[in-house]
Amino acid sequence: MAEPLLRVEKLVRRFGGIIATDNVSLDVAAGELHAIIGPNGAGKTTLISQLTGHLSPHSGSVLLGGRDITYLPAYRRCALGLARSFQITSLLLDFTAADNVALAAQAHAGTSFRFFANARKERGLRDAAHAALDRVGLGHRADVVVNRLSHGERRELELAVALASRPKLLLLDEPMAGLGVTESQRMVKLLQELRKEVSIVLVEHDMPAVFALADRISVLVYGRVIASGDPAAIRQNEDVKRAYLGDQHVVTHHG
Amino acid sequence: MKAFTVSKAVTVLLLAGLVLLPLYSQLSGDIFILTLFTRIIILALAAASLNLIMGFGGMMSFGHAAYLGIGGYAVGMLAQEGVGSGFIQFPVALAASAIFALVIGALSLRTRGVYFIMITLAFAQMAYYVASGLARYGGDDGLTIYKRSDFSGLIDLGNRVEFFYLCLACLFGGIFLIWRIVNSRFGLVVQGLRSNEQRMQAIGFPAKRYQLVCFVISGTMCGLAGALLANNTDFVSPAVMYWTRSGDLMVMVILGGMGTLIGPVMGAVVFLLLEEFLSQITEYWALIMGPLLLLIVLFGRGGIMGMLGRAGRG
Repeated sequence: MAEPLLRVEKLVRRFGGIIATDNVSLDVAAGELHAIIGPNGAGKTTLISQLTGHLSPHSGSVLLGGRDITYLPAYRRCALGLARSFQITSLLLDFTAADNVALAAQAHAGTSFRFFANARKERGLRDAAHAALDRVGLGHRADVVVNRLSHGERRELELAVALASRPKLLLLDEPMAGLGVTESQRMVKLLQELRKEVSIVLVEHDMPAVFALADRISVLVYGRVIASGDPAAIRQNEDVKRAYLGDQHVVTHHG
Repeated sequence: MKAFTVSKAVTVLLLAGLVLLPLYSQLSGDIFILTLFTRIIILALAAASLNLIMGFGGMMSFGHAAYLGIGGYAVGMLAQEGVGSGFIQFPVALAASAIFALVIGALSLRTRGVYFIMITLAFAQMAYYVASGLARYGGDDGLTIYKRSDFSGLIDLGNRVEFFYLCLACLFGGIFLIWRIVNSRFGLVVQGLRSNEQRMQAIGFPAKRYQLVCFVISGTMCGLAGALLANNTDFVSPAVMYWTRSGDLMVMVILGGMGTLIGPVMGAVVFLLLEEFLSQITEYWALIMGPLLLLIVLFGRGGIMGMLGRAGRG
């Protein structure tokens, strides 16, 4: 079998006596959209934070394209092709949408220790920014300050920022959070497009979206992966049904 | 567009006024105004350098006056030891400030928020007490500089007008540099870090090294102001590094408008002119100055530049 793009091996993270990540192992193949679901408090965000480098695991390892990145800081992982979006929108609020994206492009286009030339006039960076904005349908809002963008637009801008770094793997932490029905549908459509170009790890509560998008799903409960497989298998899995007792209908009714 | 023109008009007026000031001084025979404005211009340079880290970089340094002292002492100590050449004194002043900024920046930038303010304050006070302990260089009483930096005939610092223009050139050069920096790749990264550090890390920027370089640029620029200030007063003492002086610089920046190019200059002019004229009226000038500043900060968000912008918008 080919080397997976992302390999997580026996990852353990404790908070005091609580084991938030309990021996988690999972593989994400190149080109795959891998969804991670689980009830609240299952440790999804803790797991994502260890993938992005905002939190260090106590043991285990994270490999990106065969390279051990377990203890690399966030900015180094980004340089290796790992981009993320935040569960709670995190953008440069006093910058324009184009500036937000251009900075992400700049991070991957040579040194930023340039003190004299006007960066906003750098053709390459601006073009990359506009391309990414067009990609998520925000092209017409390029020169608007983020402060004045709607919540839905900000979620899309998060994606554009992540895309601008031309990542190999996109970690999306609840991209649908707080979106209305139409906005959610647009986002699903957008992700359906993006998945053709980039591998994605998707953490999401919106079950219909997950089952519509994912190639494989891993189910996290109390920090452990209790099941991993394609959507059909997950839907049939007895353990998953039990864990999701209250939400069972959501798991089974769709698609 | 009109908002743009009001603040721009005032800026042009201010800068033109500064350029023409020696002419006025010559015609009216008012020498004092030239001396006063030389000092204002030097402190405007210091405020502009502080604004680079505070306004654009979001790093609230409360120890910026330390560089005024370091630049000044570099000139004073070398003069005392018989090294009178400005070609040596000024580079040493800049280098010493840069090294000091590098060291305290590397340590201070491990902290954030209030801790950053306190630790920069602590380092500046340390510099203050070290200077007070330098018995050979006057200790508490300070050090008189008997001969201004000698630029071997290129420019005579003893000549009021020439010295004024040297300071003005340094100020304009400093502002030009800051203008280029804040629009450069580096400047955008630093401002991005002010806005949202977590986001910047996530898109691949290691925060600290950019902030540290910015901190060093700012400190070096302020060291230049220190070297000029020592020449202006023919004297340097620990008092220039005292924490209230750092506070003055912060007030100038906030008063003029943080994160604007000309704000610190505006702030320095208004602050120091107020100080000058109020202190002529009454011994208790600080009693008037304090509330006045409070009003401006409370009701004029964005400082003077902010108010000018709003005035233009009507």
